[in-house]
Amino acid sequence: MDAIAVTDLTKRYDEVLAVDAISFSAPHGATVGLLGGNGAGKTTTIAMMLGLLVPTGGGIRILGHDMAKDRFAALGRMNFSSPYIALPSRLTVAENLRVYGHLYNVQGTERRIAELAAELDLENLLDRPAGHLSAGQKTRVALAKALINRPDVLLLDEPTASLDPDTGDLVRTWLERYRAQSGCTILLASHNMAEVERMCSEVLMMKQGRIVDRGSPAALLERYGRDDMEEVFLDIARNRQHPGAG
Amino acid sequence: MIASLRRIWGLVYRHIALYRRSWPRLLELAYWPVLNMCIWGFTASFLTGRLGGTAMLAGAAIMGGVLLWEVTLRGQMGMAISFLEEIWSRNLGHVFVSPLRPWELIAALLAMSVLRMLAGVVPAVLLAWAAFQFNLFSLGLPLALFVMNMIAMGWWVALGVVSLILRHGAGAEPLAWGVLFGLAPFAAVFYPVSVLPAAVQPIALALPAAHVFEGMRGILLDGSVSAYHLAAATGLNVLWLGAASALFAYQFHQARVRGALLSIGE
Repeated sequence: MDAIAVTDLTKRYDEVLAVDAISFSAPHGATVGLLGGNGAGKTTTIAMMLGLLVPTGGGIRILGHDMAKDRFAALGRMNFSSPYIALPSRLTVAENLRVYGHLYNVQGTERRIAELAAELDLENLLDRPAGHLSAGQKTRVALAKALINRPDVLLLDEPTASLDPDTGDLVRTWLERYRAQSGCTILLASHNMAEVERMCSEVLMMKQGRIVDRGSPAALLERYGRDDMEEVFLDIARNRQHPGAG
Repeated sequence: MIASLRRIWGLVYRHIALYRRSWPRLLELAYWPVLNMCIWGFTASFLTGRLGGTAMLAGAAIMGGVLLWEVTLRGQMGMAISFLEEIWSRNLGHVFVSPLRPWELIAALLAMSVLRMLAGVVPAVLLAWAAFQFNLFSLGLPLALFVMNMIAMGWWVALGVVSLILRHGAGAEPLAWGVLFGLAPFAAVFYPVSVLPAAVQPIALALPAAHVFEGMRGILLDGSVSAYHLAAATGLNVLWLGAASALFAYQFHQARVRGALLSIGE
């Protein structure tokens, strides 16, 4: 059974079709990329997978649970990170992680916080208010929050946005290591094509609410006759012919 | 059940962590109740000094009214503002993608409502006793029922406010502070319901607070406990809480349909 199975997922806001009957799946331990320009439907798709948004049609099964009927069973084994959703800025890093340790019913919360602090180099930040951290430090804290419950499915919305290349690389390396060790399934929405090429075993290209192409980064590069994913992205976004195709 | 309690505690801990580091926030909790008690306590003292025994009873009814109304007010604000704190910190997205059930969110908000109410009202009760010789506990055992009914009224009003925030976003925020002041004239805090024009008396009698205050005045002025008013207040609270819970559940679902949970503070 796949960790994520999305079937004919649709979201309509009045006249606007934000997500148009998309279907995809992700096996356990895979990292799947969700690519597309602004307004392509990536965030809407993730929001529906997290239960924040009720689909107009279609279905989502995560870890065998139907998200329409039994989302809380899945949510306890999932987690999410986005630079666009903050943690309470006046709470310290440790307090924030403790809150989410309780919300996810993590056994041995303090031990888990210490583990994450050591792994993500947060030990010196634990007693600092989250609002006083730099963008890179906040991203590492958000990642610690996303991993507090050792999730089996991790949804990441632009996890390295606004990070310098060094911090971005550290985050990617850490995510790859966590996936390799835990067998976690990752769905990654990103505008960073190098990141997608490096981390994802499969990429879903979205445009105007639809999945317009899919495949491994290598397969997409070959299909479009390009050397990097950025060119593939531009080909799709601008309806360009596949110069290397055929 | 233990997992539920942990999740509820997680949210309560989040607010306690916020307050224990911020003395202005703690001070603000008690500021208005104490200030209000000062104003009405001095007014009652003045009336008692000028008019004697009858005014003393009226003064006690006024101070009892002030304190019990603060229970509703602080209870309502405690719940609504705790919810707003999540919006202001742009944290709702993280909270709602956790396994926290909506009823656990409400339970955590109720717990915060009680804690914030106690932090605000207890200093005012002590002030009334120390400075104005009014002992709220002189109401006896019915006081427990009065307090429970008053805070329950605060809860359903707050649930209504939270529902409106879910529906209308930040535009509905001012209701968290102002909505109960709009109900105050009908709540018969300082005067009996019979003083109101006949046309608005049904509105007053639909509010649990009016029955609590009628009951309180009965004890203070006549020494009689009205089972009718206590039962009416409790029954009305059950009805209003049921209606407000249904409204919250509906608006929460609608917010998920519209995708408002992520953009609610904008």
